[in-house]
Amino acid sequence: MFASVCRRVFLAGCAVAIVSTGAVRAEDRFITLASTTSTEQSGLFDYILPIFEKESGITVRVVAVGTGQALAIGARGDADALLVHDRVGEDKFVADGNGIDRRDVMFNDFVLVGPKADPAHVRGLKDAKEALKRIASAHAAFASRGDDSGTNRLELRLWKAANVDLKTGGSGWYRELGSGMGPTLNTSAGLNAYTLTDRATWANFSNRGGLEILVEGDPALFNPYGSILVNPQKFPGVKAADARRWHEWLTSPAGRAAISSYKIKGEQLFFPLGDTPRS
Amino acid sequence: MQDFSQAFALALALIGSRDPDLWAAVLLSLQVSLTASLIAFVIGAPIGGYLAVRRFAGRSGVLVLANAFLGLPPVVVGLAVYVLLSQTGPLGWLRILFTPAAMIIAQTLLTLPIVVALAHRATAGFWERYGDSLTIDGASHLRSVSILLSMARAGLVTAYLAAFGRAIAEVGAIMMVGGNIRGYTRTMTTAIALETSKGNLALALALGLILISLALAVSAAAFLFDRRR
Repeated sequence: MFASVCRRVFLAGCAVAIVSTGAVRAEDRFITLASTTSTEQSGLFDYILPIFEKESGITVRVVAVGTGQALAIGARGDADALLVHDRVGEDKFVADGNGIDRRDVMFNDFVLVGPKADPAHVRGLKDAKEALKRIASAHAAFASRGDDSGTNRLELRLWKAANVDLKTGGSGWYRELGSGMGPTLNTSAGLNAYTLTDRATWANFSNRGGLEILVEGDPALFNPYGSILVNPQKFPGVKAADARRWHEWLTSPAGRAAISSYKIKGEQLFFPLGDTPRS
Repeated sequence: MQDFSQAFALALALIGSRDPDLWAAVLLSLQVSLTASLIAFVIGAPIGGYLAVRRFAGRSGVLVLANAFLGLPPVVVGLAVYVLLSQTGPLGWLRILFTPAAMIIAQTLLTLPIVVALAHRATAGFWERYGDSLTIDGASHLRSVSILLSMARAGLVTAYLAAFGRAIAEVGAIMMVGGNIRGYTRTMTTAIALETSKGNLALALALGLILISLALAVSAAAFLFDRRR
């Protein structure tokens, strides 16, 4: 009797499996791209990937994580290419022999968002360092990604530049969340806290609560993205040729045009920037 | 409360819209979690029955382990499976990281202890009552296990549903080994996590309502299936 139960349950399972394989498209050629939550959550990939896929016949499977984790995935050979934003980490990744041919792709910028009441009086500042200093001296709540992402790494460099020692002076108001950009914004909205976010995620984020952009336009908030191929000599399993095709496309006039034409509510969010000649 | 009514309306609109992304996520959730819980059931139920029938060294150890692992943290299972399936890991040659197969493996490991512990619990009572007669009748251990399992059918349905419920609801393990790739490894739970992180709380809640309806449907089907026999 147990056998017959098993058999029926198994048949039901097979039926589900067969139905669902129909739903997952046959993808013969694909590459795995480790990238950041900001590019995924801003909607950029949803816009540019179909253009590339149509042109090349190669599907791009995006694993969107923080830059730190994306670099770690690449360093194990688990992705074919990376699109990340932490120049220091990227250069180290290449220097360690994990990646080759790092190229500038595009940039956007970070903005400091915070409560409309602005208890630290930073609204309109053009100097991010000065804004952080004021937040620290006002002991105003600040939510940090705390997840070793590109955004988090930049934020920590800014605190350092502002001479704020978070270890001794951050207690009570500096909150390390250990979350992606979106969850951090959700929490900031709940806590009415200041936080640093990339403009693209912010533009695409709905649950803003009482937060708004307070500081923007400081060159220190420049946020460049780089494309790196995972080193096929170190990791023979990577799809070197198809990954290169993506890498070349992304930095080609066609890729650059696709990036510039992505807009949310009429606002362009990513600006191509590259080593390849402009068309 | 406005959030909830908005979510409810959105859930209905989504179901009506036949959004291909939604159905891909629904089907993948069912495919992965049904397959994983079935594999766990087919492996785990006989183990649970065997633990009820046989006394051997290390038996209590296995039972303690199975019961302790009822609360196995999904993110830890995900991490362990990730390290195993990584290119540089021992099973990297399988090349199944960031695929539904990896998600099935993770959820199978996650749900196996549930099936073992609950199947043991379901069969142990029957063994106390009928063990002696079965032994006197000269039934082999395997035969005893199979008789016990058919006696404990109702308990086994619960064991299966507990395993399936655990699988369909978890997000930590499949996020890590599946990568939440749109149209390929994005399930209901990883889509909910993603929409939440985009701040689309109503949409996330709507997806949650659909997920709960799915779990209800599976549970109802299992009970009907059991009743009909």
